[in-house]
Amino acid sequence: MTKAAVFRAEGIGKSYPGVRANDDVSFSVGSGRIHALLGENGAGKSTLVKMIYGLVRPDDGRMLLNGQPHDPSDPRAARAAGVAMVFQHFSLFDALTVAENIALGMENPPPRRELAERIRKVSHDFGLPLNPARRVVTLSAGERQRVEIIRCLLQDPRLLIMDEPTSVLTPQEADLLFATLRKLADQGTAILYISHKLDEIRTHCDSATILRHGKVVDSCNPRDHSARELAAMMVGGEMRVIDRSGRNAGDVLLRLSNLSLPAPTAEGTALKNIALTLHAGEILGIGGVAGNGQEELLAALSGELRSAPGTVVLEGDDLGGAGPETRRKAGLLAAPEDRLGHAAVPDFSLTENTLLTAGPRKGLVRNGLIDNAAARRFAQDVIREFDVRTPGPHTAARALSGGNLQKFVIGREVMQAPRVLVVNQPTWGVDAGAAAAVRQSLLDLARSGAGVIVISQDLDELIELSDRFCALNEGRLSDPRPTEGLTLDEIGLMLGGAHGMEVAQI
Amino acid sequence: MIRLVPRAEASAAWQFATPLLAVLATMLTGGLLFAVMGYDPVAAIRTIFWDPLFGMASSYSRPQLLVKAAPLILIASGLAIGFRAGIWNIGAEGQYIIGGITGAAVALAAYPSEGMWIFPAMVIAGAMGGWAWGMIPALLRNWFGASEILVSLMLVYVAERVAAWMAFGPMKNPEGFGFPGSRNLQQYPAAANPELIAGTGAHWGVVAAAAAVLVTWFLMSRHIRGFHIRAAGLAPRAARFAGVRPGTLVAFCLGLSGAFAGMAGLFEVAGPAGQITDSFGSGYGFTAIIVAFLGRLNPVGILLAGLLLALTYIGGELAQLTLQLPAATVQVFQGMLLFFLLGFDLLTRFRIARRITA
Repeated sequence: MTKAAVFRAEGIGKSYPGVRANDDVSFSVGSGRIHALLGENGAGKSTLVKMIYGLVRPDDGRMLLNGQPHDPSDPRAARAAGVAMVFQHFSLFDALTVAENIALGMENPPPRRELAERIRKVSHDFGLPLNPARRVVTLSAGERQRVEIIRCLLQDPRLLIMDEPTSVLTPQEADLLFATLRKLADQGTAILYISHKLDEIRTHCDSATILRHGKVVDSCNPRDHSARELAAMMVGGEMRVIDRSGRNAGDVLLRLSNLSLPAPTAEGTALKNIALTLHAGEILGIGGVAGNGQEELLAALSGELRSAPGTVVLEGDDLGGAGPETRRKAGLLAAPEDRLGHAAVPDFSLTENTLLTAGPRKGLVRNGLIDNAAARRFAQDVIREFDVRTPGPHTAARALSGGNLQKFVIGREVMQAPRVLVVNQPTWGVDAGAAAAVRQSLLDLARSGAGVIVISQDLDELIELSDRFCALNEGRLSDPRPTEGLTLDEIGLMLGGAHGMEVAQI
Repeated sequence: MIRLVPRAEASAAWQFATPLLAVLATMLTGGLLFAVMGYDPVAAIRTIFWDPLFGMASSYSRPQLLVKAAPLILIASGLAIGFRAGIWNIGAEGQYIIGGITGAAVALAAYPSEGMWIFPAMVIAGAMGGWAWGMIPALLRNWFGASEILVSLMLVYVAERVAAWMAFGPMKNPEGFGFPGSRNLQQYPAAANPELIAGTGAHWGVVAAAAAVLVTWFLMSRHIRGFHIRAAGLAPRAARFAGVRPGTLVAFCLGLSGAFAGMAGLFEVAGPAGQITDSFGSGYGFTAIIVAFLGRLNPVGILLAGLLLALTYIGGELAQLTLQLPAATVQVFQGMLLFFLLGFDLLTRFRIARRITA
């Protein structure tokens, strides 16, 4: 039953200053298998695959590929040995066509006509419709990923590494991807699949290696375990159960109507006629694939982007033309996606970072004068209430881990007792424990009678939190629907996922 | 092999050590340079750094210290605020010249009437002139996205031309026997900026510089606007999130540094310089950039750096007189200071490690 191992790692170790990123990691991936590498952020998954792909060299241990020692000095050597990798973030040139982009990534690209033919053949064989003559700028995220995958397939890899490939895909696009991976595995390619999405791993992967703090804690067949068991292995303890109880929708708090804004930058998205109402005690989830106006919507609510009078009304208070400080005083608070550099100043201490938003509501600034003692006390309160692991309020924001800084940033807003809180990607890149704490704090805030808007690309999170759900697609907001009873398929269609199913224009 | 390893956090000790190291390195390399040129390096260094304060001619040169340091500190205090916000006013020299001209214009218009109002009105006019000259790059940046670095710098040369035109044209002294240059304000008591305490060199500009140090220290460390300025320099998006409007900040910083430079120009024209001439610009506006960085953009640091740079000015002149060192010495010295400071600055963010060769 066990097929020959295509790739085997034996006792791999790697240290960075102050961190043991990998410690004695051993596992193997058999031919024709989809093998999951599962772990929280910071568990050492990225370091491990970087070593396989030749971006980083291991300190200890050895790797074998097809029985041969595998010690690539750079990605080129790794590719030559038969390793291919699809990164989470694409490296494509928007202005070039699909074929040109693929040719750029090849060592010896064949003539254009021949390359186009090979792209068509591979895309047809694997059910990845793609027209080689199209410009990348016109492609959806799912289609861009296909370009990267086809680029890999043309190398005829023995081992294909996929780094969180579904994070940018709609559910329908993800299904299409798995069908392709299965086809590829059936031809004997080994696939190393990195993710923290438990459900897709349980459905699609044949085996799994679970990493925690750089070590292998378990290997299993993910189909034999529940998502909860897998999560417990990943985190090393029971997951906190989210408590949704005790909330009733009350009066309308926030009303957006006819909110339209031009794209603030060349790469930005224009907001088109956004309308929504948010009730007290309610959590409204806004889903969508990245780059469909999420950042712009948050900026339009935080006050970084101002809009026409009457477009943003909080409890009868017209805030359309108001800036961030006025909106905070009125009770409309926000926490942007980018923790370092947007929600917090990396070089400022946590105390100083409270002054970024909490000045007016917490009395940290009076007549323009900063009350440093009050700011420090508030920072300490946030650190204590939100269990932020840090030496103290004098620590620079950049010195905190992602999860801890996120807890601080969310805590800073929640503890100002907002009437409405808007968050974008509240648990992005955060370990499971911190994510659960952040989500619970949002639910608790809603229970206390505030309204919460959660903008996220994580559908599981939106389903877990929100009472109503709407989708943001190319700057347009769909009508909200009650989350209860909504299936993933329906959500996918709301997200405009239909474009993943189109027959390609070949 | 030696290589640089980034530090996790900027080293506080090196923040203080680098300016001192830079001064030391300047002395050493400067001495080496003098030795190569055939001068006694020890005598030259002593003439520049020691004699102005404690040497034979110190009764003349010591007051000069405050006279030279005041405009440097006043201008650098304003510049540092913009530099903290990432707004680069390189044209303080131009704002200084225009401030001198507008301030002098009030005096020349009022001449020969007497009145307590004249000098205060000149100070306000000088500040307004510098402010207006600083607002040109601010508005061009806000409206058209023009680089304030280039615009402010180029406006220096425009200001120099304006000064020459004033000296030869509208402001020319009618009783000046045809020589270019305005009336000498030192001889017009209502408009003069005299030495306040005899023998110290302290004039109103020194008072203004001291006030500027206090005001900017208060602004940057106690006031929310100073906090926003620092945030904008470190993380512009976070500052916008906090409620800072970038355009307003650009106008504030360029306006404030322009006003400070303009005031410095006024105190100079009404005091040590005495008149508007075609060579009124004397490089204070550029040297103040060195002062701002040497002082770590910190008000107290700027105070010390301003005094040090003033010392190199006076010491350099003294060395020209007594040792016949070339006039360019001072500039070489000041250039070396900035060069070494920026070089050693690397050590605040990086540490040196030996590469272990396999």
